[in-house]
Amino acid sequence: MSTGPITESAPGVAPEGRAPGRVKRPRARSDGAYWGILYGTTLIFVVVCATFLVTLVTSSFSAWGHSGLGLITGTTWNPDKQLYGALPLIIGTLVTSAIALVLAVPLGVLVAVALVHLVPRRLRTPMSSFVELLAAVPSVVFGGVGFLVLAPYFQQHFYPWLQSTTHSFGPFSGTFSTTSILLAGIVLFVMVLPTIVAFSRDAIAIVPEEQIEGAMSLGATRWQTLWKVVLPSARTGITGAVTLAAARALGETIAVAMVIGNYFKVPHSLLQGGTTLASALATQWDGATTLTISALGALAVILIAITAGVNYAGRSLLRRANQGATL
Amino acid sequence: MSVTTGIGELPADPILERRALIQSIARGSLARRAVVSRLMLGVCGLAFLAASTVLVWIVYLLVAKGFHWISINFFTQDPLTPTVFQQNLLGGIRNAIRGSIVIDGIALVIAIPVGIVAGHLLAVSENVFANAVRSTAEVMTGLPSILFGIFVYEFMIIRFHSHFSGFLGGLALTMIMVPVIMKASEISFRAVPASIREAGLSLGLSKGVVATRIVTPAAAPGLLTAVLLATSRAVGETAPLIWVIGNNYVATWSPYKQQTAIPIAIYNGILNGASPLQQAYAWGSALFLVAVVLCMNLGSRLLAAFLRRERH
Repeated sequence: MSTGPITESAPGVAPEGRAPGRVKRPRARSDGAYWGILYGTTLIFVVVCATFLVTLVTSSFSAWGHSGLGLITGTTWNPDKQLYGALPLIIGTLVTSAIALVLAVPLGVLVAVALVHLVPRRLRTPMSSFVELLAAVPSVVFGGVGFLVLAPYFQQHFYPWLQSTTHSFGPFSGTFSTTSILLAGIVLFVMVLPTIVAFSRDAIAIVPEEQIEGAMSLGATRWQTLWKVVLPSARTGITGAVTLAAARALGETIAVAMVIGNYFKVPHSLLQGGTTLASALATQWDGATTLTISALGALAVILIAITAGVNYAGRSLLRRANQGATL
Repeated sequence: MSVTTGIGELPADPILERRALIQSIARGSLARRAVVSRLMLGVCGLAFLAASTVLVWIVYLLVAKGFHWISINFFTQDPLTPTVFQQNLLGGIRNAIRGSIVIDGIALVIAIPVGIVAGHLLAVSENVFANAVRSTAEVMTGLPSILFGIFVYEFMIIRFHSHFSGFLGGLALTMIMVPVIMKASEISFRAVPASIREAGLSLGLSKGVVATRIVTPAAAPGLLTAVLLATSRAVGETAPLIWVIGNNYVATWSPYKQQTAIPIAIYNGILNGASPLQQAYAWGSALFLVAVVLCMNLGSRLLAAFLRRERH
């Protein structure tokens, strides 16, 4: 038997207290307490998770009652007038995540390729750790760097340059502020990069050696092998990596709240401020009325649905990729 | 390899002809393909350099802008409000450091036993319940952490009329740490050879004794890695704390009073800093926080790498 689970559980009866002077006999094995503690403790976790979900859902009831589906489709978020339309937040969430992924996917996959096929095998783990350490930097630090360093630089140099090169084309039109949707997207890009690198690296590393040798023996160059054989073969795993990164980008809170400007209208330009579901949860609760708190609870429920769904999809893809490799 | 002999003398073999054709085309494009290959591999290398540079750049920024704030006073004083006459009087972040210790300590005290015991269950049983718990834990690790802060706020403050305190912050961080510890400790429990466990059972030990006296010590280094990883994540968390810990400017060990934490101090300093000086001061706290978090994360990675080498 390898490291499989212990499945049988003897429901032995615990002997009651020993009489003094009695010879200590080998006791009938009683694993009741063992399983009791194991299941009891785990049950606490399950109960807390259930309470978590139930509490947030019930807390949002009065907001759903007040605004109905307008909570999702409404375009105005103004707690002072009891208007709770989350469409600007949902759009902001999707747009910032899309910017992050558009930038991070090509770069992340190339980095993963470099880690597996360019870096010497002995250096692979330390080099990977180096990129992954980026994921350990707290999000408030990313937000701080974005707000204090990138935002002023963008305002002075990047946005004017962008507008002059693109002739203020649609998404880059209008007057710009220091904090913007584009800046939030770029900060998110850096934050999700390690996720994409780590999981695509694993997906690329499990591509069978025979496939690579086969392509090489047919005369393909190294790049052709990577592009036509390795990457298609690792497709499922890379998709899973991107999906997990998406889940992280959709739910990132503090860093986004610091650089996006918290502007609650449907955005017309990437250079304007905006907001996201998660960052609104961080910025809107202070001094909020009961109804506003409930509306934030509704945002939390929407956010749980989105991030849990995307996360689950990503993990399923990764699982399928790994099973495909072992078959 | 070569098919040049025979062509012309023997009747034409369509397969050989086709192979010759392909080879000649391949040879003709080889120079171009080789250049493209070199070029793209170069791009890969550049991408790798660019990604590595980001971390270096952030650490450089933190050191360049934050290091000169670090002094003894930085750790031993509470923050002061600069007056018109004494612009440079900022004090330290003792309150935030102490708050972080209190909050993360509470989270650790609850999360370590729960996470490890539940991780043990996941390692030893393979039934519907265990699979459901495993999936739940995976989903929990993927949720935005601010949701746990909102939950604690709704549950403790609104429903049970508790008040802002470090203890509630600890509860919120517990919910972040438990799934992480659970998943990581499941892996280290599974790595303990079954033969050791079976030897214990065959000696007549109960499963509880085998689990606590044999399996857990064997898995201990892996469990330590799990705890370090979870702690490094929790220490840097800002979002869930915003909702539940309130604020304070005077260091206290009391978990029942309003608290502050290092990431919160950075967040408030940057966004609500009364002066550019206070904003700049946040660089010092950020440097300290990143140093602590990266050390923990690096420590857990080195420990894990060391364990892998031991096992082989």
